[in-house]
Amino acid sequence: MLLTILLEITGSMSALGAGIGAGLAVIGAGLGIGSIGGRAMESMARQPEMAGRIQTGMLIVAAFVEGAALFAIAVCFLVGQG
Amino acid sequence: MSSRSLSASSFIKSLIYSIIFSFSIVFPTFSKEKEEGEKFNPAEMIVHHIGDAYDWHLVTIGGHHYSIPLPIILYSSDRGIEVFSSGKLQAHGEHESGEYNGYKLDDHGHLSSTEGRKFYDFSITKNAASMMLGGLIICIIFLSVASGFKKNSGKAPRGLQSFMEPLILYIRDDVAVPNIGEKKADKFLPYLLTLFFFIWINNLLGLIPTGANASGNIAFTFVLALLTAIIVNFSGNRHYWGHIFWTPGVPLWLRPIMLPVELIGIFTKPFALMIRLFANMTAGHIVILSLFSFIFIFESFLVGIPAGAFVIAMTFMELFVGLLQAYIFTILAALFIGIAVEEHHEEGHAHAEKH
Repeated sequence: MLLTILLEITGSMSALGAGIGAGLAVIGAGLGIGSIGGRAMESMARQPEMAGRIQTGMLIVAAFVEGAALFAIAVCFLVGQG
Repeated sequence: MSSRSLSASSFIKSLIYSIIFSFSIVFPTFSKEKEEGEKFNPAEMIVHHIGDAYDWHLVTIGGHHYSIPLPIILYSSDRGIEVFSSGKLQAHGEHESGEYNGYKLDDHGHLSSTEGRKFYDFSITKNAASMMLGGLIICIIFLSVASGFKKNSGKAPRGLQSFMEPLILYIRDDVAVPNIGEKKADKFLPYLLTLFFFIWINNLLGLIPTGANASGNIAFTFVLALLTAIIVNFSGNRHYWGHIFWTPGVPLWLRPIMLPVELIGIFTKPFALMIRLFANMTAGHIVILSLFSFIFIFESFLVGIPAGAFVIAMTFMELFVGLLQAYIFTILAALFIGIAVEEHHEEGHAHAEKH
């Protein structure tokens, strides 16, 4: 019955799948980048003189994780179209 | 509890309640129709802004579109090369039907032949023109930096050169040389520098108003990833191909399984480069445009002013993401090239590969 309600709101199965997929992908990205940031903060607190290099590495790895999540977003966009 | 903190917290409470109450007044305007009878369609506006087009749309004042018509260049086997302005395909004025010489534009901006003929499209579209503009800007900047370097050789740099030189030296000393090695970095440095600055200038041009979303075009990123793949695989030496077909450092029974994995890896690494840049740029534009759409959907100042503040914050974020994605593309390209031209290490050397 929940499926019927969801189908009523979104209008088509592919749109529903795309929306759920995009939401799940963002959860993964949020967890990943939050973990990276947290550990970077910890290590910067342990060794303040390395803070600059740690911050650079943190930004680079966050971009990779974000790239993976955006890959899922791109797929969901295509799925939602057709 | 002092009386001062008591009044501050109750003031904040009343502020929050008044904001929530005013939002409930704003909601009835959601279903209001526009006077022209056309409801604002955010999806259509967003797709129009991030997509490519045959003319460069500048502004729309009072329902009238002001745009620069760009040349359409077509090749077909029976008619040869045809060049005409995209203004001839617009359905107004003397061209009532919106059709010219057997070609017409449909609602999505796709060009098709009314007689069902096959043709090749080499038009200068908005993205192509924006890429050419970016290339022109890069030529102007770097030719002036190069002439300044020759003129000021031995002395301190001046002007634009003093801004560009640290960037160029950073790409050489912290991106190219650590990954490729001192001896071979100079061979690949022109390609890496071009990659970095071309992607960065196109990201920046996409963020200005009336800019074109060139780096959010999958064809743009596909070509850059393809060039990187060609350079990596054609400059791969014996050790690179040896590592792919017979991976050292893993147990003997695992090596036949590693072969298809490594072969697929030749394609997935540039593919990830392509998708990463495309998705980051397109997603950023979609977020900014969606926040703008809030203003037009709700049509009230109470939504408009915070939405405007969010848009400003997101645009700063997108400026940073544009630089970061150009840097990531360059450093990954340098990493892959470095893996390909790496000299032989002893067996048992720890092997870390990025996929």
